[in-house]
Amino acid sequence: MRIILNGETKECPEGITIERLLDLYKIDKNRIVVELNLHVIPGKELSTRILRESDVLEVVTFVGGG
Amino acid sequence: MSSPFTEEQIKRYSRHIILPEIGGKGQQKLLNAKVFLVGAGGLGSPAAFYLAAAGIGKIGIADSDCVDHSNLQRQILHSTKDVGRSKAISAKETLEALNPDVEVIPYTERLNSENILQIIKDYDVILDGADNFPTRYLVNDACVFLKKPLSHGSIFRFEGQVTTIIPFEGPCYRCLYETPPPPGLVPSCQEAGVLGVLPGVVGSLQATEAVKLILGKGEILKGKLLMYDSLAMDFKKVKIHKNPTCPVCSEKATIRELIDYEEFCQVRNS
Repeated sequence: MRIILNGETKECPEGITIERLLDLYKIDKNRIVVELNLHVIPGKELSTRILRESDVLEVVTFVGGG
Repeated sequence: MSSPFTEEQIKRYSRHIILPEIGGKGQQKLLNAKVFLVGAGGLGSPAAFYLAAAGIGKIGIADSDCVDHSNLQRQILHSTKDVGRSKAISAKETLEALNPDVEVIPYTERLNSENILQIIKDYDVILDGADNFPTRYLVNDACVFLKKPLSHGSIFRFEGQVTTIIPFEGPCYRCLYETPPPPGLVPSCQEAGVLGVLPGVVGSLQATEAVKLILGKGEILKGKLLMYDSLAMDFKKVKIHKNPTCPVCSEKATIRELIDYEEFCQVRNS
C-alpha cells in the first residue's frame, strides 16, 4: 500500500504500525513527533497504530539549539 | 500637525515609513513596542540586531552565560573583545550603539519558574532563542499562562524550525512536543555542531514574525511549523494543530504551575 511520508509517496506493507514504519526508515523514535492525518500521535501509541492506504504522516524532529 | 519623529528618526526609518504597510503609524507602533528575547546567542543575535535597527522601543534580553570563543562563529552581537563578559551586557552595548532610540534591558539571571512571569509580563512579544529544552518548555508555559505571543525558533546542525505561538488561538509548543525529549537523546549545538549562518536565517525569520505581530500585518506562522534545511536549501511548512489534550493549553490541561526541568541540565552538564 501507499502512504505519504513527509510529503513523499512511499510503498509499505499492509497492516504496518507507525513504529515499524519508523524502523523501516531508520528514524529514531525518541527524537521525533509523528503527525498522522494532521493529528499528533502520542509516543505510546506508535507501536499500536496501524497505517492505512493514503495515510499522511509528517515526522517532525525535536530541535532545541539556539 | 507636528511629526512625532525627530529629523534623525525620519531619516533612520525612512525605508520603513515609505512602505504603505508600515508608514509613520507603523513605525510609531514599533517605537512603542516591547520585545523580550530569551537568549543572546545564535538566534537572539540576528533577531535582536534587526529588532533594534527597526526601532523597537524596548528590548529585554536574557542570558546567564558569558561569551566564549566558540560563540563568535555565529553569535554576531558579540566581538572578540567580549570573550568572558556577560552576553546580556554585551548585547545591550552592541544594540544601543546601533540605535540610541532603543532601550535595552539586560537580564543576567537564568530564567526559572520563580522569576519568568515577573520578568516577561510587561513585554508585548516574546522571542525564544534558548539553547536548551528546560528553558523552551518554561517559556512556552509562561507565555500560555500570560497569553503572550511567542516566536519560537530552534536550530540543530544544518536545520532550523520556526513557529509562532498565539496561546489558545493556535497550537502551543506542547501541542506538538508534549513533553521534553528523554535526557541526552537530542544533542545540543555544543555536542553536534551548527552551521554558523543558520541562526542568521532562523533568528531573522523570528524577528520578521515579531515585527509583523507588532504591526498587525501579514500572515504569521500560527499553526504552522516552518522547517528549514540549509544543506538542501529547502523550506517546508507543516500544519500543526491545537492538541485537544495538550497538558498546558487545552481544556484538559494538567499543568497549572511552571516546571523547572532541572534534571535535564544536570544530565547535559555531566
